[in-house]
Amino acid sequence: MAKMTMVQALNLALRQEMERDENVIVLGEDVGVDGGVFRVTDGLHEAFGEERVVDTPLAENGIVGMSIGMAVYGLRPVCEIQFSGFAYQNFHQIENHASRLRWRSQGRYHVPMVLRAPYGGGVRALEHHSESREAFWAHIPGLKMVIPSGPRSARALLVSAIRDPDPVIFYEAKALYRAFREEVPEEEETLPLGESRIAREGDDLTLISYGAMLRPTLSAAEQLEKEDGVSAEVIDLLTISPLDDTLFVTSVKKTGHAMIVHEAPMSFGPGAEIIARLVEKAFYYLEVPIGRVTGYDVVIPLFAREKDYIPSVERITHEARRILET
Amino acid sequence: MTTNTKGTKQAGEVDRRHALHLLKSMLRIRRLEERCAELYSAMKIRGFLHLYDGQEAVAVGVLEALTKDDAIVATYREHGHALMRGIPASAILAEMYGKQEGCSRGRGGSMHLFDEKTRFYGGNAIVRGGLPLAVGLALADKMQQKNRVSCCFFGEGAVAEGEFHESMNLAALWQLPVLFVCENNLYAMGTALKYSESVMDLTSKVMSYDVSSAAVDGMDVLAVEIAAKSAVEAIRSQGKPFFLECRTYRFRAHSMYDPELYRTKSEVEEWKGRGPIKTFIEKMKGQGTLSDADIETIEGDVAREINEAVAFAEACTWEPIEDVARFVYSERRMP
Repeated sequence: MAKMTMVQALNLALRQEMERDENVIVLGEDVGVDGGVFRVTDGLHEAFGEERVVDTPLAENGIVGMSIGMAVYGLRPVCEIQFSGFAYQNFHQIENHASRLRWRSQGRYHVPMVLRAPYGGGVRALEHHSESREAFWAHIPGLKMVIPSGPRSARALLVSAIRDPDPVIFYEAKALYRAFREEVPEEEETLPLGESRIAREGDDLTLISYGAMLRPTLSAAEQLEKEDGVSAEVIDLLTISPLDDTLFVTSVKKTGHAMIVHEAPMSFGPGAEIIARLVEKAFYYLEVPIGRVTGYDVVIPLFAREKDYIPSVERITHEARRILET
Repeated sequence: MTTNTKGTKQAGEVDRRHALHLLKSMLRIRRLEERCAELYSAMKIRGFLHLYDGQEAVAVGVLEALTKDDAIVATYREHGHALMRGIPASAILAEMYGKQEGCSRGRGGSMHLFDEKTRFYGGNAIVRGGLPLAVGLALADKMQQKNRVSCCFFGEGAVAEGEFHESMNLAALWQLPVLFVCENNLYAMGTALKYSESVMDLTSKVMSYDVSSAAVDGMDVLAVEIAAKSAVEAIRSQGKPFFLECRTYRFRAHSMYDPELYRTKSEVEEWKGRGPIKTFIEKMKGQGTLSDADIETIEGDVAREINEAVAFAEACTWEPIEDVARFVYSERRMP
């Protein structure tokens, strides 16, 4: 197996799906000749031509609206929005059309499209170039909201997202694009949408995370094991919506301690829904209140303070110890 | 005869002084951007950085036509506009350093320079994001009977976005005093105009909204200044919007991450030959109104200004972490 960065793994997924299915179309701002602002679509223009790898004008609402139309007619558009913060412009098309056409047409029209967008901090840029607003999309019925946590899951989930019959918002952590390599098989590999996974097994505490925050969460779990003899289980959500609560509910029934780690602001973030599920389904197993380590309820600060905003290993271990000592 | 000679001489002197001012203005922007590129490589400036080299004549020429009461709305390539508007280089650089003495308290960085004093309503990281804002400023001015112009800069990439068209229509429909300045540098990041517009003559688009327009050589600072002055005069006298297309070119990559696969080196070199500073110097020298000593003086002044600004930014401080939640909501009490 080849070791790949997440950028390479995503590129592999796109390339193989385009080879496999001629209905797969890639479109977006600078995805063609330039190969995308983060180089995810590098080489696709040469390989598949301008009819299938389409450079669009700056027109997010148009890009997404057209993708919906193409999808309704059986194509499988994968559109790229350069930064997740630019997708607010096309919020209307996703909210009012992509997510509802199936329901409106009583299951007759389908929108099998993917909207890919880089999200999250780590490139030390401002605001919309660094924020995590997955909760916007997760709140919309009819959408799937997927966030991989590394090269291998990124590849497998993107393949599934492209083949999925429903519209998928696919967030790619900028901080992970080139952060590390993982072995990614050349042969086909998929991961089911709507299923979480256990990233690390443990008995004392359940840490629930996803995307770019999985790595610091795993590091914190290692540190807790080494320094405190605490065995933490780590759940990687992979899909934010529809939320798979089976694994984390089972895990918390075992550990009695739960904590959520995400980069998004705390209030009304994905953590709030996870807590609600735990209260509904595992309340009597909880030994102490559930903890949260998240971004703060402010606009993500510029580079000087980015490190203070994004959950760190130190913040995660600190909160874990507080919970365990309660 | 004597009077005439004297008159011509005075006019000539005024022209020379003004020309030197324009040249110095362009050089201040150019040298600031060059320093920014160095500071970015030295990791003093972080995030994204979009430089203005090649387009200086636009900011310089247009801002000559505005008064301090007018408002400016700019883009993420706005260092030059901010500097010309009178935001000190020190406050601009401190902002790019992410320091709290910067004009946006270190929260905006390169793309979000703001300054209330000079009525600078921001850079804007979202292409076309500022257009409706400028229309709103102008609408408020009209409602409050203030005779001011709102000047909105944007690139030609913005023309493909819906808000461009909404803004043109609204400004024309309600007769609002907006100067729309389109800096057409031919590439929206890596996408050439010919791949993004069905009609490449941008002035023809605003015609359909009944917005008056002009296109000008954006590499010629005098031409830009004249065109902007007459546009502003039309806006003030008729109370209607005006669309000024400045045809220009950016010499550097879109940002510090851009591999520039979409254009050839020879194309860039060709445009550099038409550079606004280079050609203006040639022109002045040709007229005998500029000496090497003049250039030396100007360069010395500019270097001093920028060195001081860098020293200032270096010495500045970061916003204390306990202040990060400030200004999410108003600190004003309800009356």
